[in-house]
Amino acid sequence: MFPAPFDYHRPDTLDEALSLLGQYGGDARVLAGGQSLIPAMRFRLARPAVLVDINALGDLAYLRETDGVLAIGALARDAALESSSLIESSYPLLFDTGAVIADPVVRQTGTVVGSLCHNDPSGDWGVTALACRAQIVVRGKGGTRTVPIDDFLVDSFTTAVGQGEMAIEVRFPSPKPRTSGAYQKIERKVGDFATSCAAAQVTLGDDGTVAEIGIAIGAAGPTAVRVAGAESALRGSKPSKDAIRAAADAARALADPVADTRGSVEFKKDMAGVLVSRALLAAFERLGVGGLK
Amino acid sequence: MKVSVTVNGTKYEREVEPRTLLAYFLREALGLTGTHVGCDTSSCGVCVVVLDGERAVKSCTMLAVMADGHQITTVEGLVQGGALHPLQQAFWDQHGLQCGFCTPGMLMTSSILLKQNPNPSEAEIREGLSGNLCRCTGYQNIVKAVQQAAGAMQPQPAEPVAS
Repeated sequence: MFPAPFDYHRPDTLDEALSLLGQYGGDARVLAGGQSLIPAMRFRLARPAVLVDINALGDLAYLRETDGVLAIGALARDAALESSSLIESSYPLLFDTGAVIADPVVRQTGTVVGSLCHNDPSGDWGVTALACRAQIVVRGKGGTRTVPIDDFLVDSFTTAVGQGEMAIEVRFPSPKPRTSGAYQKIERKVGDFATSCAAAQVTLGDDGTVAEIGIAIGAAGPTAVRVAGAESALRGSKPSKDAIRAAADAARALADPVADTRGSVEFKKDMAGVLVSRALLAAFERLGVGGLK
Repeated sequence: MKVSVTVNGTKYEREVEPRTLLAYFLREALGLTGTHVGCDTSSCGVCVVVLDGERAVKSCTMLAVMADGHQITTVEGLVQGGALHPLQQAFWDQHGLQCGFCTPGMLMTSSILLKQNPNPSEAEIREGLSGNLCRCTGYQNIVKAVQQAAGAMQPQPAEPVAS
């Protein structure tokens, strides 16, 4: 099915884009890669009256690390992460995630920021952004604000981006020394929505205890969700089988999935725990901490 | 609204509704039916075309108006001077198709795969084509065809200089 009719604008500058978004308010949607939005419009799950296509804003296609922050612009494609040696060497969780988004063709067009803004309950980037404690830069006519990912993901397909605003960048803190992470996902086939997914990022202190920890799960509720109980099970203690088991239990208890053709509620809750455990094991292994299985 | 797009080197101008999808624009407005439409939901990859020579895109999930001012290559654009593209020749030689429905998408995705990675391993080919579905061949011969094409497209070594 074709999308319902809409008006189409392709501004040449960010100011022009913001002006159009301000003018049309809630009737307008930003079109970046369109890999989620266009299918949603075809299924009539989304019916924006106006599309503001930002594909001419090439200035927003950046991926750069400065002052301890990796900034990814609103037009950076998923594929840009896969081919970045910086991401491959220094951001293992992002590299893992980038390799399992949709399929390789879709990744050439889909964007990281667009995926976060779409906020699909089964989306991958929200999960990873929670584990990394990312921030989103949102700009409107009134100015620019920075929103922590926990506040950004409001509800299914709903974010903190207000009318007349646009998310222009996502910021991932550069990993400190002795930091690693991993992403785990179960999908029926390449390109399917996740049956279950989990992200973990760990920083070890000088004494070998967990100094910082981020754990989140997806396809387990209205949005990606931080598993605070799993984080506190590990924070401040040495990596251990018991702590990983406690983190997995916390994820299993928190997961609130929907039964569908991909699995029952019971199965998906169990997988949330399994994937948190696998993500932690992989992250610790990358830090040279083994013997935890 | 008016769309001006260069497809396989020929410039076309057409009036379209903004909601027209690129795959349908190519097939119905331009008569280029080599680009197929399969699942229509960006899952199967039979509609893949190349944008500006650098990116494979599923044309069922791109608006025709987004292509305004851009260059599109479809399967019809692979033949150069009447000769099959090395990928087309390799799909022929290796029996990389049976019904042929997925072939245009396989060829276009492979063309970008080989541009980005001229000497891919079998695993890299399988990964690179994982967004393109074939329901006939089991992929074995498709992978072989891409391997043959990769070999055929390698720059030929220079003639040794007699000393």
